[in-house]
This record gives sequence, C-alpha cells and structure tokens, in this order.
Amino acid sequence: MIAFDELLRQMRGLDRRELMRWVENRWVLPERQERTWIFHEVDVARVELILEIRQEFAIDEEALPLVLGLLDQVYDLRRQLRRVCDALAAQPQEVQAAVRRALPPVTGPEIPHD
Amino acid sequence: MAAETPYEVLGVKPDASADEIRKVYRKLAKQFHPDLNPGKPEAEARFKSIAAAYDLLSDPEKRARYDRGEIDETGAERPPRGYYRGHAEGAQGWRYQPEGEMDLNDLEDLFAAFGSAGGRRRGEGGAGFRAHGADRHFTLTVDCVAAATGGKQRLSLAPEEWLDVTIPAGVEDGQVLRLRGKGGPGFGGGTAGDALIEVHVAPHPLFRRDGDNVLLELPVSLAEAVLGARVSVATVTGPVTMAIPKGSDAGRQLRLRGKGIQKKNPGDEIVTLKVFIGHSSDPELAEFLEKWAPQHPFDPRKGTAAA
Repeated sequence: MIAFDELLRQMRGLDRRELMRWVENRWVLPERQERTWIFHEVDVARVELILEIRQEFAIDEEALPLVLGLLDQVYDLRRQLRRVCDALAAQPQEVQAAVRRALPPVTGPEIPHD
Repeated sequence: MAAETPYEVLGVKPDASADEIRKVYRKLAKQFHPDLNPGKPEAEARFKSIAAAYDLLSDPEKRARYDRGEIDETGAERPPRGYYRGHAEGAQGWRYQPEGEMDLNDLEDLFAAFGSAGGRRRGEGGAGFRAHGADRHFTLTVDCVAAATGGKQRLSLAPEEWLDVTIPAGVEDGQVLRLRGKGGPGFGGGTAGDALIEVHVAPHPLFRRDGDNVLLELPVSLAEAVLGARVSVATVTGPVTMAIPKGSDAGRQLRLRGKGIQKKNPGDEIVTLKVFIGHSSDPELAEFLEKWAPQHPFDPRKGTAAA
C-alpha cells in the first residue's frame, strides 16, 4: 500500500495531474482515505502499465479506455475461467473425465510454415 | 554460450541510430509485453531482455560504456517488478472487473452468459448444466458352463458394493456387457453412466466351444466301442445317459441335440469317442489278440502316407 504522493515520488515520469485524471476517469481505483488515495499493489502495477502504454507504446488518452477495456475483459474472462476450472478440479474424477470428453477439440485453420 | 548482446536482443546493427533503436524497441515491446500476453510465460522473459537491452542502448552514456566494454549486457538490469497481470488474476483483480459485466455466481450463469444449449436462464424451468455420468469399466470371469447356460453372477464393484449381472447364454470371451445407469452418477440431474463389463470365459477341463455347439471328448473302453453301451455323459445342463452304438470306432461323433449353448435355439453337444484299451499289459487281451485271426482283415492306415 502506498499513498498518492509517495507513488508520484517513486514512479519516474509520472505527472501529478495525469495521475489525478486517471483516478477521476476510474482507470485506476485507489482507496479513498481521508485526504489522500491509497494505492494497493494491483493499483500500483496498473499505474505502471498505463504509464507504459502511454509513453512507450505512444497510445494517447483517447485510445486508452479502449485498450484498458479490452485488457479488463481479458482478465475478467481469465478469472472466471479460473473459477470454473477450480470448481471442476474439486469434482470427482468421473465428472472431470466426462467434461473432458464433452469438450470439443480446438480446430482452426492450418497455419502454413516454411 | 555467450549471452546475447543488447543489439542482438533488439535485432539491430551496432551502428543503429537512437531513433532506429527506439522504433524497434517499441515494436518488440508491444509484441512481447507480458500484460498483453497473459497466457505466455515466455513473453515475460523476452520482454525483460528487450527492456534491459533498450535500457542500456537508449542511454548514450551506458551505450558508449557498453561499446567500450566497460559494462556487460546486464549492467543496466532493473530490479524485478510486479507486473499487472500477476495481480490482475489474483483476488485483487476483481476490483477491475468491467462494470455491468457478468458476475458468474455459478455454472448456470456461465452457460447462460455464453448462450450454451446446455444451460437455461434461471426462472425458465431451472434446468442447469447437465452431464451424463462417466462409464465405469469392470471385468468379470465366468466359468464355461455359466457362459453356455446363462444366469446371474455377482460382480463386486467396490467393498460393500456389488451388482448381480445377468450373463446371457452364449456370452463369448472378451464380450462387453453394458449395464445402463450402473456407472458413475450424473451431474446436475444428468443420467448416470453405464457399467461396461468385459467378460472372460474361463476354460473348462472337458468342454470346448464351437459356435453354438459344445464339444466333448468321451473316453470309452474297447468293449463299449465294440459291443455298444449306455453311458453317462456330462453336458452343460447336467449329466445325461447316452447310447453308444455297437461297433463305434474311435473318433466317432455323436450328437446330443439341444445340449449345446442354451440360446433360444440351443446348439448341440457333439461327443467324440476316444477308445482306451485300459491297462495296456492286460495279458488276457494280448493272448486273445494273438490267437485272433480276423475273417475280414483291414489296414487302418490304408490311403495314408504311412502305408
């Protein structure tokens, strides 16, 4: 956990007004505490990712919600899938085997290689 | 093996301009960024080396020192950082669940969300995810007589759990019997799986099988073969009395109708006579045969190669 000002000090190239805008836009969701925001580990990592997307990948703030939205969907799907897999793993062997058999094989176009 | 130089990592020439290096780095970083490759652990390693290489080459002073051989390719490595994906897939990641998106509280919601035929929305009748139970495999050894006549045999599935299996008459070695609903339990109200029982037929000391017929070799004495007799013969349904006709030769086959495999149209038991002379040193028999001059002598090997 780290407070707003401390995060600004630690992260090179992070602008105060920029970070405030990200929080206002709800791209980052720190915890409101008295007169500051507290960033948990996941929030810090997210700030670092957004900073990279903005600076290294040269994606402007117009396109940023699209990128973040897609990423959030990917991670949401992965979390949901993880829940299903965990639930399946807790089932008896025969149920697991039945589900495996019921899974259609993954098919796709053949990729030519040289 | 020597480590890759930062130039090799980025795939640029050692005299590449700062602009060129930056362009290549951006392209590679986009391609291998771990957060854009959540399912590919190798992307992180690649991204790290790309970042490290760029870190070194983008700094004119470090690049010059590297070119002069004053620092090695790891000279600028940064301490490990915690990538977003490491948190996003953990418990904390739920905070960034897209707003208004699905909250899959159980499988029903999941299948409803994906519009699967296997699931229905709640309140529509309640049929959720269903799966047929798994089949269970067993083997069961039956003796030859039971295989010929059919009947019930107890199969132990587990301690304290058994199944009375109906053996169909004429079951063959290796045949698999399917008992519907005796396998693993279904899931979500699905039907139970089946028990698949592979039957092994144990060999019998007397009976052999040929299709629906049962074969038996019956030892008879010389006198019984010559003079005829009524003898008791084993069949799959129990002993019966059979007449051996007078003058029966060794190898003669006699048919007991309906005493074979007990199907709806039962097969026969085919009895092949084997003549035994008994005690081979019986002096009276030898004496008799020495004196015996047959009126119609015959050569049993006539027409065989040994003749």
